[in-house]
Amino acid sequence: MEPLAIYNRVNEKFGDRILEVVEKLPDPFVVIDPGALVEICQYLKSDPESAFDCLSNESGVDYKDRIEVVYHLFSYKHRHQAVLKVKLPREGASVATLENVWKSANWMEREIYDLLGVTFEGHSDLRRILMPEDWVGHPLRKDFVEPLEYHGISTVRESPIIRLK
Amino acid sequence: MFFQFGVPLALTIIAIVFVSAMFGLQKLLAPSNPYARKLTPYECGEPPTGRAWINFNVRFYVIALIFVVFEVEVAFVYPIAAVFLDWVKHGRRLYALSEILIFLLILFVGLVYVWAKHDLEWIKKVPE
Amino acid sequence: MSLLNTLPDYVITTKTDEIINWMRKSSIWYMLFGLACCAIELMHTGGPRADIDRFGASPRASARQSDLMIVAGTLTLKMALRTRLLYDQMPDPKYVIAMGSCASCGGLFQLAYSVCDGVDKILPVDVYVPGCPPRPEALTEGLLKLQDKIMTERWLTKAPTNGNTAHA
Repeated sequence: MEPLAIYNRVNEKFGDRILEVVEKLPDPFVVIDPGALVEICQYLKSDPESAFDCLSNESGVDYKDRIEVVYHLFSYKHRHQAVLKVKLPREGASVATLENVWKSANWMEREIYDLLGVTFEGHSDLRRILMPEDWVGHPLRKDFVEPLEYHGISTVRESPIIRLK
Repeated sequence: MFFQFGVPLALTIIAIVFVSAMFGLQKLLAPSNPYARKLTPYECGEPPTGRAWINFNVRFYVIALIFVVFEVEVAFVYPIAAVFLDWVKHGRRLYALSEILIFLLILFVGLVYVWAKHDLEWIKKVPE
Repeated sequence: MSLLNTLPDYVITTKTDEIINWMRKSSIWYMLFGLACCAIELMHTGGPRADIDRFGASPRASARQSDLMIVAGTLTLKMALRTRLLYDQMPDPKYVIAMGSCASCGGLFQLAYSVCDGVDKILPVDVYVPGCPPRPEALTEGLLKLQDKIMTERWLTKAPTNGNTAHA
């Protein structure tokens, strides 16, 4: 099924929760209301016509005024794809977890939490996955300032041209 | 009169001299620089957590115990086998054979007991 | 009980020093510390074609059994703490080769937030081998340079004033 056909079906069922459908090639996407996320994903997974059994990617994007979480879905049965987006405010960014729908969301949400600071409600094990456990800050945010040292190791390296002068 | 022990004595002396030479050279020549961080238990780089001494399963002890008993039994059987032909030549074959068989039979009873009590099984079934 | 740094210099000990250094340089056991892509070249260097086992260098998995740590790959800040602990747990005398540009200065990833710019921020490095990754021949030359450095060490004679003594 074409992505737009999928989005139209979802629109029929959850009309008021879909905020906009954007037809941007190569991947048209649909922006949905964060509160309806789990419901829509359950529907997309269980409905035999769409049958999205794989969350192939979940990632976060930091724009200047908002943070978006992007979900790429894939169906092995019908071999079609869909893209969902959720827009969140930068302060206190928080959305429901999709771990109960697709298990692969576990580590992907941990990575988004680690690098962008988005809290996922209902996640079973939300802790840092890439950065050290005692790291302060979320590195991929646009306003992240690199600390000058970590446990005594300075993160500044002077150019050897200066040193050899 | 103890000349058959000459070779083992020479080997023992060489072993003692060799090992003490190695340790002596190490004491004289090796740098020794222990400090607290160097002496921490090695855990592939992670800071060690928990104790290094933990309880281990008692089945290791049971198997070792059974092994020791039957190893001693085998050790007793070896000299019998060495002199058996000598006894046969002197016509005391039945006596020697019955002695060793009674010895093995007594210890066989022990083996049957250990077997029936499931002590030879490494993975024990949980009783229902 | 140790003879280190006690003999006055009318006692000729260079021959003994040479023997000790020669024995040490001919059997440098290195710790397999491959962190990233340089680890592949490290494996090749230990492999059959460019073999460093012919120089006596045998790979060890444990820090306790090795006297050389070849830091092969990018050192992140998360790994740096563990690297320092592993270096501390190596017995003396110990040496470090920084293999590749990431271990020497942070390399391609110098500006990243999670990368420790060079292993010499946490360890004293003896030989830097540049390259991304250095060829097995280059790492072998680095090892041979380290062997030359080991031959210059003085263990038994009294400390000279410019300091190249038994390491602490």
